[in-house]
Amino acid sequence: MLARTLGTTAMAVLLAGGALAQDQSIIVQSTTSTANSGLYDYLLPIFEDETGIKVNVVAVGTGQAITNAENCDGDVLLVHAKAAEEKFVESGFGTERTDLMYNDFVIVGPADDPAGVAGMQDAQPALSQIAEQGALFASRGDDSGTHKKEMALWEDAGVDPTAASGDWYRETGSGMGATLNAGIGMGAYVMTDRATWISFDNKQDYEIQVEGDEDLFNQYGVIPVSPEKCPSVNAEAAQSFADWLVSEEGQSAIAGFEVAGQQLFFPNAPEN
Amino acid sequence: MLPLTVRDLVLRFGETTVLDGLALDLGAIGCTMVMGPNGSGKSLLLKLLHGLIEPSAGRIDWGGHAPREVTRRQALVFQKPVLLRRSVAANLDFVLKARGKDAGRRAALLDHVGLAHKAAQPARLLSGGEAQRLALARALATDPEVLFLDEPTASLDPASVLAIERIVSDARARGVRIVFVTHDMGQARRMADDVVFLHRGRVAEHSPAPDFFPRPRCAAARDYLGGKIVV
Amino acid sequence: MHDIGDALGLAVALVLSGDADLLEIVLLSLRVSLSATVIACLVGLPIGALVAIGRFRGRDVVLIVMNALMGLPPVVVGLLVYLHLSRSGPLGFLGLLYTPTAMIVAQTILIAPIVAALSRQVLEDLHTEYAEQFRSLCLTRLQTIRALLWDARYSLLTVGLAGFGRAVAEVGAVIIVGGNIDHLTRVMTTAIALETSKGDLALALALGIVLLVIALGVNAAVQSVRITAARHAYV
Repeated sequence: MLARTLGTTAMAVLLAGGALAQDQSIIVQSTTSTANSGLYDYLLPIFEDETGIKVNVVAVGTGQAITNAENCDGDVLLVHAKAAEEKFVESGFGTERTDLMYNDFVIVGPADDPAGVAGMQDAQPALSQIAEQGALFASRGDDSGTHKKEMALWEDAGVDPTAASGDWYRETGSGMGATLNAGIGMGAYVMTDRATWISFDNKQDYEIQVEGDEDLFNQYGVIPVSPEKCPSVNAEAAQSFADWLVSEEGQSAIAGFEVAGQQLFFPNAPEN
Repeated sequence: MLPLTVRDLVLRFGETTVLDGLALDLGAIGCTMVMGPNGSGKSLLLKLLHGLIEPSAGRIDWGGHAPREVTRRQALVFQKPVLLRRSVAANLDFVLKARGKDAGRRAALLDHVGLAHKAAQPARLLSGGEAQRLALARALATDPEVLFLDEPTASLDPASVLAIERIVSDARARGVRIVFVTHDMGQARRMADDVVFLHRGRVAEHSPAPDFFPRPRCAAARDYLGGKIVV
Repeated sequence: MHDIGDALGLAVALVLSGDADLLEIVLLSLRVSLSATVIACLVGLPIGALVAIGRFRGRDVVLIVMNALMGLPPVVVGLLVYLHLSRSGPLGFLGLLYTPTAMIVAQTILIAPIVAALSRQVLEDLHTEYAEQFRSLCLTRLQTIRALLWDARYSLLTVGLAGFGRAVAEVGAVIIVGGNIDHLTRVMTTAIALETSKGDLALALALGIVLLVIALGVNAAVQSVRITAARHAYV
């Protein structure tokens, strides 16, 4: 008797669970940087009010976000790794990639700046100097957009940091926030996007040491997942979300999002 | 299922031989008391006869009935009653239901063993005597043709002993064949129609009670009755 | 270490404020993990009972496998469930990924072996006590299993509690199959992971304290049932 009641309850719970994700809703596979900064908490209510489309955000590293989208487990991809995004579209997984917004990367480090890179504007010499000094550097090491960017900069600088992996170069294999927590815990330099940094609460004595290089530019793109590859996607709703983001209204909403009085993302969608 | 015929019964555990070519015949009615020194194999003989364990060799014949059938038509009351973690009533309900008996018999059974007033109490909080009476009621609930009792009154107070003897005597009077292991000489005299005396893995003597107690034939039984250590 | 003091204050403030988001997260945590526990018991207890009373070839191997599965890493379970429930996976057509149901499935797989292995031990001990009496009563295997499960019910509560504890505390599986989606699949542990990654350690810890208090409450409730049962010698 007891077992039967419990069984019925379990079934009811299962069915209720299944029904939740239906209706007009889409899943956005996105990056931790956009989610952790609170951008979606600001943007989505505006969009949802207007269209009635519920947007569910799965925030993971760019690498995992793309993999998930390739498995058809999302309707929209919103990440920051242009080359990988273009490949995603070329392979037929996405309908079209549009530049959406940008911010920039910065290199943060402890106030006492053991590698003496404070105030440097060019990323590559700063990285070289960190490597030469053998100062600790914490990397995402997770194939995310930030990690891809960091690796490209090391290559420019002519340094293969992975040779020192486990020595001064520490690959956390984690998200941006976890890597910042780890880096700060061990006194290492960390490259992070500015949005995450500004909204990050556990800064301790850390400061931005390197910023302002054009090479530290961080472009975000938006791509609806292709209904041809993934018949299960909600193509219409996905398209209207992407369209809204790049519309004048969406763009000004992005520009209006501030943390601690600072604008975190700069809209740069091509005008139609 | 009676008479019972046992021939050449052997029970071994590894190197140890507990029963060694035992032979026994039991008639259709009465109360057989099984006696013998510790380690003579009384409890194991009961389990063999009831079909709970398999002999190493030999033959146990309950009037040609199949082993499974034999166990089903008998009941065994253990020295230490194994009661379910439920109320007194639920312990009986369980057996009545499991064996497809009339559930309405519970009240009569409890009344018969003097536990009607304890029906709702947790069975495992009963005193030793009460617990054993419940075990007896449970055994009787299965309507056994043969009732085995393995020292059911060891470590009980005199009143409890008499209460249990009364219940067993009632069952005997209703035609249930009783096979009763005991060390209690007084109990044996009160209950026995015949006595089986086990010694060194065999039936050393099987005599009617009026013959056994005054004049045991075998030396081991004489020593045992006389309070001497029997090896 | 001022974070710990902050967190305690924050935890109290969060609970007192009756924050709707917090309540939603707590309720989802309970719903997911309790459902997983119930289903894991429906699956695990019969298996535990069968192995407890069974004497069959390969039983030792089954025992080793059952005990080893107790150590299943949540993230591996999450990954396996993800690969099955993904739209491109064999069960993708169900559309269950990123739903509470997917989280229940993952946690059920995670804790069913715990329920099976621990209940096997409990039931085998009880069966040692009952076996001879049950054979004398000529009970069928089904009757034996039912009697064992019922008589061990209070000990099995503790087994269920062990499963629930593991489910409600794990983050690796639910974050992969649930996606930590706000207002949909965010539970206590994934919320804690999120706040940690935002660097809001005090809030993360405060959520952790709330989780701990919930776990304490569930344990206390079960323990009080057991104490009542023990008074009746039903344990």
